[in-house]
Amino acid sequence: MKTKFLHVHRLRRVYVWELPVRYYHWLNALAIIVLIVTGFFIANPLAIQSHQEAANQFTMGWVRVAHFIASYIFFFNFLFRIYWGFVGNKYANWNQFIPTSKKFFREMWHVFKIDILMMRGKEHISIGHNAMAGFIYFFTFLAFLVQCLTGFGLYASMSTWWLPKLFAWVPILFGGDSMIRIIHHWSMWFFILFAVIHVYLVFYHDYVEGRGEISSMGGGWKFIEEEVFQNEEHHTPNEPKNKA
Amino acid sequence: MSNELVPMKQPTYYEEVERKGYSRRDFLQFVSMMTAFIGLENSAMGQVAKALETQPRLPVIWLHFQECTCCSESFIRSSHPIVADILLDKISLDYTETLMAASGFQAEKCMKDTMEKYKGKYILCVEGSVPMGADGVYCMIGGKTSLQILEEAAENAQAIIAWGSCASNGCVQSAKPNPTKATPIHKLVKGKPVIKVPGCPPIGEVMAGVIVHLLTFGRIPELDKLGRPKAFYSKRVHDTCYRRPFYDAGLYVESFDDENARKGYCLYKVGCKGPSTYNACGVMKWNNGTSFPIQSGHPCIGCSEENYWDNGRLYERGSSFAGFGIEANADTVGKVALGVTAAALAGHAVMTNVRKKKLILGLEEEGKQSEHELKS
Repeated sequence: MKTKFLHVHRLRRVYVWELPVRYYHWLNALAIIVLIVTGFFIANPLAIQSHQEAANQFTMGWVRVAHFIASYIFFFNFLFRIYWGFVGNKYANWNQFIPTSKKFFREMWHVFKIDILMMRGKEHISIGHNAMAGFIYFFTFLAFLVQCLTGFGLYASMSTWWLPKLFAWVPILFGGDSMIRIIHHWSMWFFILFAVIHVYLVFYHDYVEGRGEISSMGGGWKFIEEEVFQNEEHHTPNEPKNKA
Repeated sequence: MSNELVPMKQPTYYEEVERKGYSRRDFLQFVSMMTAFIGLENSAMGQVAKALETQPRLPVIWLHFQECTCCSESFIRSSHPIVADILLDKISLDYTETLMAASGFQAEKCMKDTMEKYKGKYILCVEGSVPMGADGVYCMIGGKTSLQILEEAAENAQAIIAWGSCASNGCVQSAKPNPTKATPIHKLVKGKPVIKVPGCPPIGEVMAGVIVHLLTFGRIPELDKLGRPKAFYSKRVHDTCYRRPFYDAGLYVESFDDENARKGYCLYKVGCKGPSTYNACGVMKWNNGTSFPIQSGHPCIGCSEENYWDNGRLYERGSSFAGFGIEANADTVGKVALGVTAAALAGHAVMTNVRKKKLILGLEEEGKQSEHELKS
């Protein structure tokens, strides 16, 4: 094979996102989209004109049902993801999200310099989440928690099931439903901003790295250069170096 | 609150009822109404009647601090005349600034006497919040600050009832910036049961119901975790509202003078706080069950909820924090943040192509090379 390019890479397939992680991701995305759309409707319903009798209409009712179904899916999906953080592969592990080593912070700083400040330097190589992304996902998990607490807190008083009732203490903590509602509404914007940046960065990484970032959440694999694979150092941010 | 502990010369409620010229039938009507209000079943009527027949009057000290007296007004307009006539006017009140005949030293002595004579037996009702700012000078009665009076009266009280939103959560006086440091009762009194009966004012029948419950059972009614009687505050106004079907159908009043308002659609979009307000308005209504705000075409303002003045505007679905800027609600801030984010990302995309040009071109060349080398 004759080539004038020295850097025609040989790529190695890495199974990064296991099937449950991919299911989790897309179920979560779907639930969040439904929750945002129905949430906006519930907060400020459209003035729908209809000639039907009021008794034959259930617009807000259906929107709320959709919101509640999506919230249950979102909630159990979230619980499943926490569980998978302990039993899944190294890229799904909880230590991808919570910094436990200096190396994690070093990588975060490096990502910040290269990807955000666009400084010249050695491109970082991360196979799963990079440290910065992982740390930001930690905040999304906190946002998930806030939405679950405030959402089920509001829902508790209209539910007869014990599960939502477990959250009845939330409104009491804040002295009533009003503040909970406001927090629930404000936090929703975090999800919108996150989604926009998230999608952008997926395209960005695919574009500058060429490792199949976009499709990785479909098939589960990314492709890394053979020389990266040979270099033990480049694995996950929190993984001990001596681990084979 | 057993009988023998209260001196027996006190007439019972029923004796007072008779003395005032009410018939047995009037009395039983009152009993059945109260039984229903406090959430008891029919069979408990006998118990309520017996309590009112045998219990001597309950000594009550009713204090007024920073408030507007709307709670008292509401109470004396309670639908059944016996409520005002017997529970309040004739029977219970040993001290209340607004309604007692005595004044000056005489009145103060009356309070002292009640506190000594019925030590540990009397019920302390408090209407209004206690100003804690500037050593309490904003509300002083007879040379004493509200806090001094409250502490003195609370010490030997059997139970304390915090009437209205002022006493329960501070109401409008405690709205930001709360210049007098208006403080609700439960934050000042320790080690005594405090029954919160919030509302601005609370419904008269609810107030009467709390007192009748105390009388009948000799103990405080079952309270929720915020200290409110469950019988009256466990349901949202939204869940008991007769306009709820319009809410579910998605039919809303868009502005106060539109066709939808005439049709009596749901007031959600003009700021109804019914969905976040726990009260009995939708069930008991006001003024002898005549109406309640929503029935009269006005959204619920959530007057029985903590901080209802600060939790957004009265005629809007709230999504703004107090002090976050007058116009800043979540959606405005969100849209601005989204715009800033989009601009930042666009900038980043441009910069990526400039700064990482070599890297991107390298990938491109590499890909093109493979493409050339492929035969078909």
